[in-house]
Amino acid sequence: MSDFTHGFWPIYISVLTVVSIVGTWVFLKSQTTRKLAPGEKPELMKHTWDGDLQDLNNPLPRWWLGLFYGTLVFAGVYLVLWPGLGNYPGLLGWTSKGEYEAEVQKAEAKFQPVYASFMQQDIATVAADPDARAIGRNLFLTYCSQCHGSDAAGARGFPNLTDDVWLYGGDPETIKTTLTEGRSGMMPPMGEVLGAEGTKEVAHYVLSLSGRPHDAALAEAGRPKFAEACAACHMPDGTGMQAMGAPNLTDKVWLYGGSEAAIIESIAKGRNGVMPGIDQTLGTTSNKEAKLHLLTAYVYGLSQRQ
Amino acid sequence: MISHETIEKNLGLLIVLTILIVSVGGLVQIVPLFFQTSTTTAVAGLKPYTALQLSGRDIYIREGCVGCHSQMVRPFRAETERYGHYSVAGEFTYDRPFLWGSKRTGPDLHRVGGRYSDAWHAAHLLNPRDVVPESNMPAYPWLDRPLKDAAIQRKMRTLNMVGHGYSEQEINDAPAELEGKTELDAVIAYLQVLGIHAPKN
Repeated sequence: MSDFTHGFWPIYISVLTVVSIVGTWVFLKSQTTRKLAPGEKPELMKHTWDGDLQDLNNPLPRWWLGLFYGTLVFAGVYLVLWPGLGNYPGLLGWTSKGEYEAEVQKAEAKFQPVYASFMQQDIATVAADPDARAIGRNLFLTYCSQCHGSDAAGARGFPNLTDDVWLYGGDPETIKTTLTEGRSGMMPPMGEVLGAEGTKEVAHYVLSLSGRPHDAALAEAGRPKFAEACAACHMPDGTGMQAMGAPNLTDKVWLYGGSEAAIIESIAKGRNGVMPGIDQTLGTTSNKEAKLHLLTAYVYGLSQRQ
Repeated sequence: MISHETIEKNLGLLIVLTILIVSVGGLVQIVPLFFQTSTTTAVAGLKPYTALQLSGRDIYIREGCVGCHSQMVRPFRAETERYGHYSVAGEFTYDRPFLWGSKRTGPDLHRVGGRYSDAWHAAHLLNPRDVVPESNMPAYPWLDRPLKDAAIQRKMRTLNMVGHGYSEQEINDAPAELEGKTELDAVIAYLQVLGIHAPKN
């Protein structure tokens, strides 16, 4: 990009470049002796070393000279066709930005017809289409697999997308919102409020909600504390609230582990489940909407297959 | 014209002429870059690294991350589809030294800011295979230790000499900002601001 802070710089570049090329040419010419005639002896240099060691001034090889002049001609042609001399844009008008934009346009023209038909179908239809799934899988591997895994089964702290359990909802519109805007779940730490014993009691009550092995006495003691500290988000019956991203505690799915120790840690320290929106990540091309559509369909489809 | 023999027998002259010839490329290609708006002006929103980010950046350098990760999204569709907008010069005005790199054993990191959650980065740095089973990145478990950066104020003052513009207040508060943080926190703070001021199309 030629946006110099002062008009001196383009001139400085052009003059130095041209002087270098012309100067090299002149210098090369001045050092070139004529080709020797058959039988002619090359010039003998005056200096002699070690008593009898002499130095002959042979002419430069013609092929080598040809290569050197060739590079100078190449430089001249290049500087006429492409940008190089200060602000001069070159006869071809080439820019790296222009080349990039042409590449993007070419790709868009190629993929637009493929995407166009999917854009007219609703998410459920696209999700069932094998071609769309193949594209969606590529998109998933590029943008989602780092957290949710190549098989979409998630990891500790990163939800499994292949089951029918959803933190924020699994209908197409909600999935699309989750993708574009991201999600930020925030469970506040309750350790100080509940105290060590209270935390343990609530943990056992939570274990009882999904029928896991628990201490009935502790769970009973935890019940009123759960109602006070947890029910606002997880609901009084522990089934959770998708508007808050508060998980259902009565099922068998545990994002951060379902052992007593893991649940106590969750309650005491809180959890921050952040999914960054991929609106910017999806790229800057006009195919972005289509990519979002196909990706939504792919994620939706993952949970529709048992 | 000075004869070859004169130059060859006069070492001082030979040195001067050699330096002159060798410097032409730099004078034409490098020097003008310091006088271009696009290379010397920060993009909108870009700020110098905070004390914590600066410490994280030094850990990034210490651990040799640049050996496997570039920070330069090139203007090719294959890259902008994967990473986001291509990098522009004005995004690097506070990078001293820049960490563009030239090797991609791992992915480019210039647009990694905001792409993953802090929790993901923490898990990933301590053991990449916990979140990406296919990963061949080494684990950095030792990063989970207290951050000790006694030189932070000197670093900020030095960077001020080349125009980073930290205020006295920021420099005074720097040790407090690092207090109680781990090296992991610092690296993540740095990673999360990488490339977040991409030009909008």
